[in-house]
Amino acid sequence: MTVGVLAVQGDVREHLAVLGALGVRAVPVLRPRDLASVAGVVLPGGESTAMWRIMSVGGLAEELRAALCGGLPAFGTCAGMVLLAQEITNWPERYFQLVDIAVERNATGPQQHSFEASVDAGELGELAALFIRAPLVRRVGKGVQVLGKLGTEPVWVRQGHLLAASFHPELAGDARVHQYFVNMCRKE
Amino acid sequence: MDKGTYRVKTGFAEMFKGGVIMDVTTPDQARIAENAGAVAVMALERVPADIRSQGGVARMADPSRIKAIQDTVSIPVMAKARIGHVAEARVLESLGVDFIDESEVLTPADPFHHIDKWQFAVPFVCGCRDLGEAARRIAEGAAMIRTKGEAGTGNVIEAVRHMRVLNGQIRRLQGLNYAELVSFAKEIGASAEILKLIAEQGRLPVVNFAAGGIATPADAALMRMLGCDGVFVGSGIFKSQDPEKRARAVVMACTHYEDAQLVAEVSAGLGEAMVGLSIDEIPEHERMQQR
Repeated sequence: MTVGVLAVQGDVREHLAVLGALGVRAVPVLRPRDLASVAGVVLPGGESTAMWRIMSVGGLAEELRAALCGGLPAFGTCAGMVLLAQEITNWPERYFQLVDIAVERNATGPQQHSFEASVDAGELGELAALFIRAPLVRRVGKGVQVLGKLGTEPVWVRQGHLLAASFHPELAGDARVHQYFVNMCRKE
Repeated sequence: MDKGTYRVKTGFAEMFKGGVIMDVTTPDQARIAENAGAVAVMALERVPADIRSQGGVARMADPSRIKAIQDTVSIPVMAKARIGHVAEARVLESLGVDFIDESEVLTPADPFHHIDKWQFAVPFVCGCRDLGEAARRIAEGAAMIRTKGEAGTGNVIEAVRHMRVLNGQIRRLQGLNYAELVSFAKEIGASAEILKLIAEQGRLPVVNFAAGGIATPADAALMRMLGCDGVFVGSGIFKSQDPEKRARAVVMACTHYEDAQLVAEVSAGLGEAMVGLSIDEIPEHERMQQR
């Protein structure tokens, strides 16, 4: 099975490495045709504004939207979560709007307030996580399942074939979130 | 909850990869940079080309200028402190700047030392010309490295030189046994421990961007081909004829650096680039990279 990582900008290499370590063929997605062979796609961390602008040239954003609407599993981390969110509370732009959550961009303030913490992921246990200028979820829609919490805050959510996290499991040396996503890709 | 850990600092730098960080001096320029797809802006009093032509002592930007830029954009805001100027760095940290560039573009403040960057919650990026400099800055706590190049020239040759030297030294390092590595560490003034890590990974343990003289989309593509994770563009954008168009073009070329056709498309009709300077025209003592 091949899983893609959107590779316009961001921590692409880290996601490719975690997926590779799980025994999956992981490939960067840079052009619309790169989506043809993948069973799922990771939207990595980075700057959502930059990622959106770059993928909007040359048809990648459109092709990706069509694939996601057609049921292609996706996992967004940090900026990737912003790209998938229905609503952004403190920013006028809208991106894919496919997961019924409202997120606040850079909700924890400047970089010096970024932190490491463990996320309570229910039956998966405690996850090691890095929150870097992280988006936080301010509203969770009816069809959205909360898979992980930081204290009382939802930070890892799922809506059908779409998965989104405020944090960076790919930087924390904890492959369980990626394993969960790989299992989702296998089932779809 | 642990704030400001080294992993959080280096992890933040990983998010810039594939992207372009642009020097800006006004909120309007910052907005142009963000709209063009910059991953961060560097808030400055003057761009390097003006620092070079006006001379005098170049210092940290006025806090009100930095705040105005922070209030304008949603992407990270970086700012420069003078080499060794701990107090400027503390001021920038208190302003909530997302990254500090301890930069040779400003006039150095300490003739002996760089800042002990481990003492800060905010991450630092530092310039290097070779592996020794890179390893020393990492030992001091830098969470990101960039080539020094020769800022404000619009001439990419020095950035290329620094990246070529760094790559060559890393390749050489990988062929050494441990005893040889310790001698090499002494020779280049680096910690053997950090060199060992670099030898194992085959690259620096932190993100490495190109900086200093990048003026065109093809310059950005060239630096990516040499293995840089992304690029800083200083004077190159806002000293050119059409900053908006050039900024977008550099962003696209930085991502699609292997697609020559695309780099050709975005390079077409950009208007005049910034006026360039030959390195030979700059007296040795005026070269910022020597700092």
